[in-house]
Parts: sequence; C-alpha cells; structure tokens
Amino acid sequence: MHPFASALAGGALIGLAATFLLLFNGRVAGVSGIAGGLVGGADGRSWRLAFVLGMVAGGLLLKALAPGVFGDAAAPARSPLLLAGAGLLVGYGTRLANGCTSGHGVCGLSRGSVRSLAATLTFMATGAGTVFVLRHLAGGAQ
Amino acid sequence: MKTAVAAGLAGVVFSLGLGLAGMTDPANVQGFLDFTGDWRPALAFVMGGAIAVHGLSRLGVMRRRAPVLEPAFNVPAASAVDARLLVGSALFGVGWGLSGYCPGPAFTSLAAGTVDALTFVAALLVGMRLFALSERKASSPGPGVPAEAGPVDA
Repeated sequence: MHPFASALAGGALIGLAATFLLLFNGRVAGVSGIAGGLVGGADGRSWRLAFVLGMVAGGLLLKALAPGVFGDAAAPARSPLLLAGAGLLVGYGTRLANGCTSGHGVCGLSRGSVRSLAATLTFMATGAGTVFVLRHLAGGAQ
Repeated sequence: MKTAVAAGLAGVVFSLGLGLAGMTDPANVQGFLDFTGDWRPALAFVMGGAIAVHGLSRLGVMRRRAPVLEPAFNVPAASAVDARLLVGSALFGVGWGLSGYCPGPAFTSLAAGTVDALTFVAALLVGMRLFALSERKASSPGPGVPAEAGPVDA
C-alpha cells in the first residue's frame, strides 16, 4: 500500500477506535490522559488498564503480522539516556497540557477545540525544532 | 467489567491503526517532523483520516443522552489556552522529536520488546508520576490558599 493510503487507513482506524470508546465508555481516547490516570490514582483503573493492555495486545498482533511497522529491527539500540530524558519530557509535558497527539491532535481537533489546536501547533513546532537540531545541527546523532 | 472489555477493544483497534499508519516507527515519525530535510509527509494523512472519521461519527454519538455503558459522557470542557497547556505541549514536542515516540505508539511498541521502547515507556510513566506528585503537593497548600480544581483530561 502507498504510504499515504496506509496512513489514511490507519488514521481512519484510530478515528473509529476513538468513536467506539466515546460511544461505549463516554470517554475521550487520549492515551496520555488514560495512562496518566493510572499512575496518578484517578478513578476508573480497570477500563484505563484494559485500554493500555489492549494497545499492547494490538502491538503483539502487529508484531506477528507485520513486524516491519516497528522500524528497522537491525538498527542499533539508541542512547538510553536520550530516550529516558525524552520519556520524562513526554510524560510530564502531556500531563501538564492535559493531552497528547491523540487527546489534542485527534479528539480535540475533531471537537473543534481551540485549546487542542493551540496544543497541537505547539508540540508540532517544538517537535520539528528538536528534529532540526538533532539532524541538522547536532550532526545526526540520535 | 463491560467497560473494561470495551476499552480493551478500543485499545486494540487504536494500536492497529497506529501500526498501519506508520506511527510505530520512530524514524518515520522523526522524518515527518523533519520539514527542512528529507521530509516524509505521509503522517499528515493519519491525523486527517482520524479527524475525518472521528469528527463525523462523534456527532452521531453525542446525540445520545449517555454512552452505552456509563451514566454520562466525560468529555473535556476546558476552553482556556493557558501557560500550562502551552508549556506542557512544548515539553512534550521536544521529547517527541528526540525519541520519535508519543504515548500511543510507545505503549504499542512495548510489544516489539526492544530496549528502546521499554526505556522510553518506563521514563514516560515516571514523568507522569512526577506530575501527579507535584499536583498533589500543590493541592495541599498552607492555610488560606484555596486548592485549584484540576482540569478535565483531554
């Protein structure tokens, strides 16, 4: 499948999953909010945990059917320090902003939320700026 | 129990969508964010497809008085663009650019069993926990300072 077509189809599946969660659970499919509630002691532990474990189960299906979706398996492991720093920033930042690519970028924009538009423009801008520094100023070190 | 089954199914479909879309390959995501280099524009279609489908289908859902399994919808109502939103999003974007992982693809990638994904998710959960602890501290202030109500999750 052409990358544009698979991206569109994958996006459509994501949109369907978000509507499914809204229809049955009345919840927004924001992954950082769902997982953050688990570590932050929010109500609804069981459905939150089920959603996250469902994502891992989907990942296992992907690994069995199309392992290439996780990138180049032969690529060397990246700097654990960089990944840990990035994880801290993503974890803390998405909770402070009350949403990530799914909660703001998909669900919020679908709702026409100005807040989510501001969030999406901001994380796209700093994400692009960071990749620019990594790839074009820091000599491609990842 | 039913709510957990429904949420679990939603999580499975969500992650299959991420995989099909190309979001679970960090190099692909960084390629999408690399506007001035060898730009890979495909991921713009992920958001486009997701918003087209969810934006339309959610209208039908929201006509209901309540979701199927819960007594009421729990949808964010906050509308203010404030410093927390912008600073938090800016920090998130830096981490996203550095790693190529945002939360959904990171959890999905746990299944790949790579050290990269495990390291990232462990730190992600620590970051979320640190935030929760800092909020708890902030919401138990000294005398006379009212606790601020936390905004609803997006």
